[in-house]
Amino acid sequence: MNHTFIALVENKPGVLNRVASLFRRRNFNIESLAVGRTEKPDVSRMTIVVDCPNGEMDAHKIEANLYKLVNVIDVQDVTHQPAVTRDLALIKVRVSPERRAEVNSLAEIFRARIVDVAADSVIVEITGTEDKIEGMIELLRPIGIVEMVRTGQVAMTRGVNDGVRRVPMSANRLEMYEAAEMLP
Amino acid sequence: MKKTGAEILWECVVREGVEVVFGYPGGANMPIYDAMLNYPIHHVLVRHEQGAAHMADGYARASGKVGMALATSGPGATNLVTGIATAMMDSVPVVFVTGQVAAHLIGGDAFQETDVTGITLPITKHNYLVTRADEIAEVVREAFYIARSGRPGPVLIDICKNAQVEQTEFVYPESIRLPGYQPVTRAPSDALERAAQLIERAQRPVILCGHGVLISGAEEALMHFAVKTQTPVASTLLGLGAFPASHPLSLGMMGMHGEVHTNLAIQNADLLLAFGMRFDDRVTGALKAYAPRAKKIHIEIDPSEVHKNVAVDVPLIGDLKTVLHDLIPLVGEYDHDEWLKTIAAWKAEADARSIMNWSHDDKLYVAHLITDIWKATDGNAIVATDVGQHQMWTAQYYALEKPHRWLSSGGAGTMGYGLPAALGAWFAHKDEEIWVVAGDGGFQMTQAELSTVVQEGANLKIAIMNNHFLGMVRQWQEFFFEKRYSGVHMKTPDFVKIAEAHGIPGRRVTTRAEVDDAIAWARRTEGPALLEFLVEQEDAVYPMVPAGAALDQMLQRPVRA
Repeated sequence: MNHTFIALVENKPGVLNRVASLFRRRNFNIESLAVGRTEKPDVSRMTIVVDCPNGEMDAHKIEANLYKLVNVIDVQDVTHQPAVTRDLALIKVRVSPERRAEVNSLAEIFRARIVDVAADSVIVEITGTEDKIEGMIELLRPIGIVEMVRTGQVAMTRGVNDGVRRVPMSANRLEMYEAAEMLP
Repeated sequence: MKKTGAEILWECVVREGVEVVFGYPGGANMPIYDAMLNYPIHHVLVRHEQGAAHMADGYARASGKVGMALATSGPGATNLVTGIATAMMDSVPVVFVTGQVAAHLIGGDAFQETDVTGITLPITKHNYLVTRADEIAEVVREAFYIARSGRPGPVLIDICKNAQVEQTEFVYPESIRLPGYQPVTRAPSDALERAAQLIERAQRPVILCGHGVLISGAEEALMHFAVKTQTPVASTLLGLGAFPASHPLSLGMMGMHGEVHTNLAIQNADLLLAFGMRFDDRVTGALKAYAPRAKKIHIEIDPSEVHKNVAVDVPLIGDLKTVLHDLIPLVGEYDHDEWLKTIAAWKAEADARSIMNWSHDDKLYVAHLITDIWKATDGNAIVATDVGQHQMWTAQYYALEKPHRWLSSGGAGTMGYGLPAALGAWFAHKDEEIWVVAGDGGFQMTQAELSTVVQEGANLKIAIMNNHFLGMVRQWQEFFFEKRYSGVHMKTPDFVKIAEAHGIPGRRVTTRAEVDDAIAWARRTEGPALLEFLVEQEDAVYPMVPAGAALDQMLQRPVRA
């Protein structure tokens, strides 16, 4: 099954390569990977969805190996935690002006938006969970999808919940991060 | 004060305690070589960068310090790769510094440009690409810290040529900031309690002593724990020497070529205490059949090793020495006499098949020769091996009493490791007796370093076990490929002449009668000496657990009529 990890990493060149390379090296398949800045300029946040055929064992492996990367600050597994997960898709649908209304009403049902209209196509923007987006895609497919792009999932736990951290830490990494200086 | 990047590199390296570096100059690291002249560094010019990597590795294993190697960009750096991977697999702290083309040329396929940080990403603990002089001080400080702390490993710093020559204000960083790198040292007390309960209940416990015991400096703690709980100690290939071989609780080596009674003890144990080892496939045999009745406690500093190959009951993540110190007061003095007697009976049964009982039929058997060298050196030499049959025989028969005297490529299994590793070790222990045991195949891979040995005046004794075969592959072809020998017969040069060409005295030994005298001659020869033993060509290493078989499904040496 798929596991969703949130990783906080140092915002430095090459870190994405290190993370991606780890999954290849340890023979895991990334389903999606979304990276972006956080509220702290020197920290980036990754949401990584990975296929874990051996369930918890694989999830432990992934978490522990992510920590081996010097630039990785924190890893949480939010798969089984109350979390908001969102994916964004832009879907270009070939549609004649006569059938636009049909697409429009579908979009409304899914709380999607039409963000571009051309003579024979429209672009639909949809945000939501993976299931919801899959649902919309299935309905648009018979009409005629020309092109599609997806951001991959981003996730955030609800309230004060944290994800699962299996790997022991010498101290709270985030506090440590704030405290900054250390002497070897 | 303003300094060039190259000067800053050496300022920092000297502060890390580095005295000797192994390397090879080239276009992209010339400023580093130029600046080096002004610092108290002894540079060893190798004959191939792979040699530099193994020397730094051997130096690190023998000294317990961080080794250091230098190479230029492109082919210089790629030649290091085998040595970096070797250090990575065996958790050896080495800092590699490579030159890189100027920052503005990167990505343009400039002369001798190679993406070295990309190439070494999966075989280093961490690596850096430095494009500016003002990054160097912090990077060097971090690199040495990362290399030696936690689970040690190689760190590579790729420094662009412009960063080597640019001038910048040099301020030695008093502290560094590594928010994502916080090795755990102590295990939580509830886990320690659970471990202590399992230990108290155990009737048939076995300690699996790995390289981590040596890295953590936990030899004394291990002894204390083993004696207090009367638990026998089996060793991995790289754990040899951490527990004295002559101790009544020592079981010797486990695994594919481990001893029969050792593997039987593991398979019949009700508790395995894995100390700083990682359940490599060469020590477990078939995982499904591995120690089926044993609970498992795993003390390990690298969380990614826990549950990786073998699911364990109590993982204790932390520094082995610290964890053992915390654990020892929680365990009582136990008595496992019955268990120890059972193991002793297995040993007696297996010993009947030992090659040591074979009469000398005027063939040279490597197992006998290793025993001869062991006797002559009182088991006190530092021994470096290559990889293959001779490596296993040395592990089996050069019984080690003391730590940090065993240099062998375990995880990577790198042929050609022995000679350069021994030379590296010599820089850490110039007054000690150092032996290289190599096969005829592996020795030729790095034999160019004989020239380095002579240039440095290193006192190494080299024993080449020449069977004119790539012996271990030949053995597998004999056992598993119907003796269809493919690509394993090797015509070898006259190794004595090769030695002499380098100014190293050498002797060839072909009969049993010459052995003792030849070893004595090599030992009393001042400086390096080489012995070429023409050994039995088709001997096999026993016992052997065939790949994929359970650990107790061992092929044993046929009983000799």
